[in-house]
Amino acid sequence: MAEFTYEVAKISNKNKFSEVITEIARADEEIVVLCADIMQSVGPGFIKEFPDRYISTGIAEQDMIGIAAGLATCRKKPFAITMAGFASMRACEQVRTDVAYPRLNVKIVGTHSGISAGAMGTTHHAIEDIAIMRSIPNMTVIVPADYTETEKATRALVDYDGPAFMRLARNPDPVIYREDYEFTIGKAVTLREGDDVALIAAGRMVIEAMGAAQYLAEKGISARVLNMHTIKPLDCEAVRKAAWETRLIATVEEHTIIGGLGGAVAEVAAEEGKAPVKRFGLKDAFSTIGDEKDLRRKYGLTAQDIARNVERMLN
Amino acid sequence: MAEVGRSKVEKLGVEELKEIAREVRRRTVQTLHGAGGGHYGGSLSVVEALTALYFRVLRYDSSNPSWEERDRFVLSKGHACASFSVALSMAGFFPGEWLESFNKFESPLGVHPDMHKIPGCDMSTGSLGHGLPVGVGMAIAGKFDGKGYRVFVMVGDGECQEGSIWEAAMAAAHHRLDNLVCMVDRNMLNLDGPTEEVMKLEPFTKKWESFGWCLRCVDGHDMGQVVEALESVPFCEGKPSVIILNTIKGKGIPFLEGKVSSHYSKLTDEQVSQVLATL
Repeated sequence: MAEFTYEVAKISNKNKFSEVITEIARADEEIVVLCADIMQSVGPGFIKEFPDRYISTGIAEQDMIGIAAGLATCRKKPFAITMAGFASMRACEQVRTDVAYPRLNVKIVGTHSGISAGAMGTTHHAIEDIAIMRSIPNMTVIVPADYTETEKATRALVDYDGPAFMRLARNPDPVIYREDYEFTIGKAVTLREGDDVALIAAGRMVIEAMGAAQYLAEKGISARVLNMHTIKPLDCEAVRKAAWETRLIATVEEHTIIGGLGGAVAEVAAEEGKAPVKRFGLKDAFSTIGDEKDLRRKYGLTAQDIARNVERMLN
Repeated sequence: MAEVGRSKVEKLGVEELKEIAREVRRRTVQTLHGAGGGHYGGSLSVVEALTALYFRVLRYDSSNPSWEERDRFVLSKGHACASFSVALSMAGFFPGEWLESFNKFESPLGVHPDMHKIPGCDMSTGSLGHGLPVGVGMAIAGKFDGKGYRVFVMVGDGECQEGSIWEAAMAAAHHRLDNLVCMVDRNMLNLDGPTEEVMKLEPFTKKWESFGWCLRCVDGHDMGQVVEALESVPFCEGKPSVIILNTIKGKGIPFLEGKVSSHYSKLTDEQVSQVLATL
């Protein structure tokens, strides 16, 4: 097969978020940013421009989420930033009890998502965060695929009054959107039409799903690609349509196959009683050390791997 | 006793406050007994502090609970919701009849407070160690907006075994939050036994001071001392204030006072009548 190529962005989603939130903060005085000591990695622009609206909590994620909740009770719009694994696990109970239960307007930004922290290893990989956050009532969970979508999602989250978690990778991701498009929380984006298989992906895996669709096309298999940027509330209608209109649904995520995007889609498909679901992701195992590209190969999360497996399942 | 309400316009004297505290204590016992039992110990140890707050110190408007200029109060030790609810109802936030539904199916009032169900409750609590970080956030918001409100957080002493309390203690001093007051119910008892046996807190006052807080210790059942301390905040400019309330768990019920069993108890009708007769 001809090799699938793509353009990699010049900016990571986390750095794009930092730029966008700084820009929005110029017009919206209620925006405040909290960070548990990774702001130099996310992008220090906000601190330089709004030192009085930046709250450093030090390496204290639980405290950061609690402080954000307190700010939200006083009508502030806090964005609390830490690595996705620490946001979802170290501060999990504060997220659940101080933010989600009282339905406070706190936005939690989890960086270094999936295995994007590479050689930092298991402690800094986040492969359970979607499952954890998704299980919490009142929580919205968003996984942007590239920097354009990160910008759109950030703006949408500023306008949305309620708890939300946004998951961003560490490094520049491939470009999915070459121009402006309309982002709506909870509405999947069909990137490619097809009726043999529906590849439902999120975040960094959207480009791999696109590549898989190209490889499958060479084999005469027509693949639909859905960018499921919002894991919760899930676009159940898009999943049901895929279940009825294709022979197989395959989910692709940089996350454990338990409880994340694959889990969410499988729940809907199972209740619909239609279409088998194949989940691509980490198979209930801790990730290892390595460059993120090597790790994706190891876990079968490349376009070729996905295409090969889908083809086998369909034949 | 009539509902008192609106401390922002009234300044009750210590003797009147003592009378109100007596009534808060009576209604707390009735409420918990009506619920079939509950957290008598930690609800009764904070009665004087809650009374001083709601009938003298806090600025609020019970007819407009979300008044933006109000002082905030976070009951971080959420299991004292019974006496907290009694104080709020007597302060005029909701009818006293609500107390009869305490812990009942779909009641707004339960073991731990829900800010969306209880008028006058500024934060939902229950899991220990959460209230002080939230109070820090409220205090920072007040500083951002140049508002003069104060934030009072009530924590239990056993609760200070949670690491998040000390994360927040560090943050409050770092951000120079002299609009934040932490009140510690030092009743010396955890659920499992004396705090010093379960997990040693001493030297407790030194811990707070070394974290950058200005501290005062009072007899938490001496209304004059409690009021005097609460009215003296901030103790130092540019620093958060902590008041250690030396209290007796289960205060007012002689057979529970200072006992581990007071944490969660069920009393008989006869015991309750006996207690109410002496209060």
